Amino acid sequence: MSSIKIELHENQVKELVEVCRSFNNEAGELINVLHKAQGIFGYLPAEVQEIVARELKVSVAKVYGVVTFYSFFTMVPKGQHPISICMGTACYVRGAEKVLDEFKRKLKVPVGETTPDGKFSLNCLRCVGACGLAPVVMVGDKTYGRVSPDGVKEILAEYA
Amino acid sequence: MSKYKMNILVCGGTGCKSSASDLLAAALRTELAERGLSGEVQVVVTGCFGFCEQGPVVNVLPDNTFYIKVKPEDAVTIVSEHIIKGRKVQNLLYTDPATQTKVDGSGAIDFNKKQLRIALRNCGFIDPEKIEEAIARDGYAALARVLTESSPEEVIGIIKKSGLRGRGGGGFSTGLKWEITSTVEADQKYVVCNADEGDPGAFMDRSILEGDPHTVIEAMAINGYCTGADKGLVYIRAEYPLAIERLKTAINQAREYGLLGKDILGSGFNFDIELRYGAGAFVCGEETALIHSMEGNRGEPTFKPPFPSEEGYLGKPTNVNNVETYANIPPIILKGADWFSSIGTEKSKGTKVFALAGKVNNVGLVEVPMGTTLREVIFEIGGGIKDGKKFKSVQTGGPSGGCLTEKHLDIPIDYDNLIASGSMMGSGGMIVMDEDDCMVSVAKYYLDFTVEESCGKCSPCRIGNKRLHEILDEITKGNGKPDDLDRLRNLSEVIKDTSLCGLGQSSPNPVLSTLEHFHDEYMAHVVDFKCPAGQCRDLMIYTIDAANCVGCTACARVCPVGAIAGERKEVHSIDQTICIKCGACLEKCKFNAVLVS
Repeated sequence: MSSIKIELHENQVKELVEVCRSFNNEAGELINVLHKAQGIFGYLPAEVQEIVARELKVSVAKVYGVVTFYSFFTMVPKGQHPISICMGTACYVRGAEKVLDEFKRKLKVPVGETTPDGKFSLNCLRCVGACGLAPVVMVGDKTYGRVSPDGVKEILAEYA
Repeated sequence: MSKYKMNILVCGGTGCKSSASDLLAAALRTELAERGLSGEVQVVVTGCFGFCEQGPVVNVLPDNTFYIKVKPEDAVTIVSEHIIKGRKVQNLLYTDPATQTKVDGSGAIDFNKKQLRIALRNCGFIDPEKIEEAIARDGYAALARVLTESSPEEVIGIIKKSGLRGRGGGGFSTGLKWEITSTVEADQKYVVCNADEGDPGAFMDRSILEGDPHTVIEAMAINGYCTGADKGLVYIRAEYPLAIERLKTAINQAREYGLLGKDILGSGFNFDIELRYGAGAFVCGEETALIHSMEGNRGEPTFKPPFPSEEGYLGKPTNVNNVETYANIPPIILKGADWFSSIGTEKSKGTKVFALAGKVNNVGLVEVPMGTTLREVIFEIGGGIKDGKKFKSVQTGGPSGGCLTEKHLDIPIDYDNLIASGSMMGSGGMIVMDEDDCMVSVAKYYLDFTVEESCGKCSPCRIGNKRLHEILDEITKGNGKPDDLDRLRNLSEVIKDTSLCGLGQSSPNPVLSTLEHFHDEYMAHVVDFKCPAGQCRDLMIYTIDAANCVGCTACARVCPVGAIAGERKEVHSIDQTICIKCGACLEKCKFNAVLVS
């Protein structure tokens, strides 16, 4: 885990402790707690994992093991506008990879990272279930269907 | 719905919602209100209609008029023309691709003709957020009958006799599974609904949960009654927010109606349901991994036996079934085992829902009787291949399945036939590929998925799939050798034989099936270093055709690496040592002077 300590907001920490309590501080509720924690902080840095471990009385290693196992949990803060490119098979065969390449080229970040200005983060996901619209891109909660590499510029421009 | 003269059903499935069907529903309501028709015409937002390709879709009842690609701004026309004047809006009707005529009834559309909807019977007909609408279509009638008229043994007998097999991929007899769980003695048992639909390109379970959540709740309660469990858990992907919301609403409504909770319908039977969220791990579709995940652990599978039916969640007997399996239970109880077993093939009864996607004209959700052929699904229901291209392959069973070819198109689809042809049923993903798809790249794509999703517990899966992926990657980059094909085959067999769980045991299937059915294409990659489909970038060579080049310099200006040289009005040339094969010059050239080989 990173050596830089992050200052967490006192209110958010309080909220997290409250969440743990609402699950009776049961170790078996770890994944549910982490879902809520990610909802509060946006991501799960080491400091958050330490609080969860302390409250549920499990080792930090156990929490870290679970966080890194599941792709839904992230230890990197997401951008202001998280971009997800669907790489489900339906989107893949309709050219999602070329769309992804175009996003990488335009944003100059690899998959899983956030632009230096914190504006966009780039991720792949596996099937949003809107295969009729393939290839599909999501920016935040908004879905874009039938995206072509040429359309990438226009999507990004909406958030400029 | 009966108090209204007309109903406008608007699809609220994920596909249509993504193309603004919620705005459309709101616009229709506003328009109706402005015309003072709110008391006579109702707008119902339903679950998935299935015809996702043409979304957002709208069905007007009672005349069953089917409108496609409806935009929010079309609301005014639908109300003023169809609702008020009774004239169908011609430009929103579906055009039959063969006859080029407009089709107005949903039943007359080829996409719907060969379908038989059992699991999806309510999807697209009811408002999934209103329990009354589910009840009006026989929702909870099976539960009521079971609790008041039948013993658990009798119900298990019906399910066994129906021949229903697990729809999640395994194909194990559902009745037998219930029987095993019911006979184990324990102070506490659980029933679990596996809604961790992780196959990329598969959205059957999500559509059932979004379109008809009550059927799953009802079937889980029946399962609890039969196995002696008073607690149900739904393990659902956190990536499915709409399904989660609708399921939560449905559970609360069922509790209010006394259909969940203590002493259901005065029978003395107690049952309630809780949700558990997945967090994005494909392996959690495997039942032991799923149970570990529900317990708050890493979702790593463990060796079976003990089976979950004996020792599952928190060490207690646990019956795990998939969403679609559950959706079949109430109709079986109401219509009988004989009715169900009269549909389908000898060993696979009933219907199967497929998520038809890829290079096919009608992407969507399709439910057909077992025994329907792949040709019927792809060419009749699916409307054939997009853009008039040639069919090449169909992939069934997701990352665990295989790629089938032209010669398999007339095989009746069932569990055993698909396995015999080198693929599998899986959960029901069906991806169609055309002549432009490179099968080596497709195999690599699936391995990429498996490598990422392997939990890492056993080495054949963790290391073996990584090596398979590396070999495939080298082949697509032009560094392959003919003996790589033997290495792929041998390694695949080892991974299949020695992996701990279903993920590893099936992960080499895409490689093995493409090796078998598309051997020539592999050979082209490793002997001639060519990609016949023109997908493998590193194997392509871009050159300029001197006869067509007019020296407009457009290609040289668009080339991101400066690989194209040439003066204005002179023939250009591409320096192969610099070219990164991005294809930008090909797209830019207006004179067909850039050649790819």
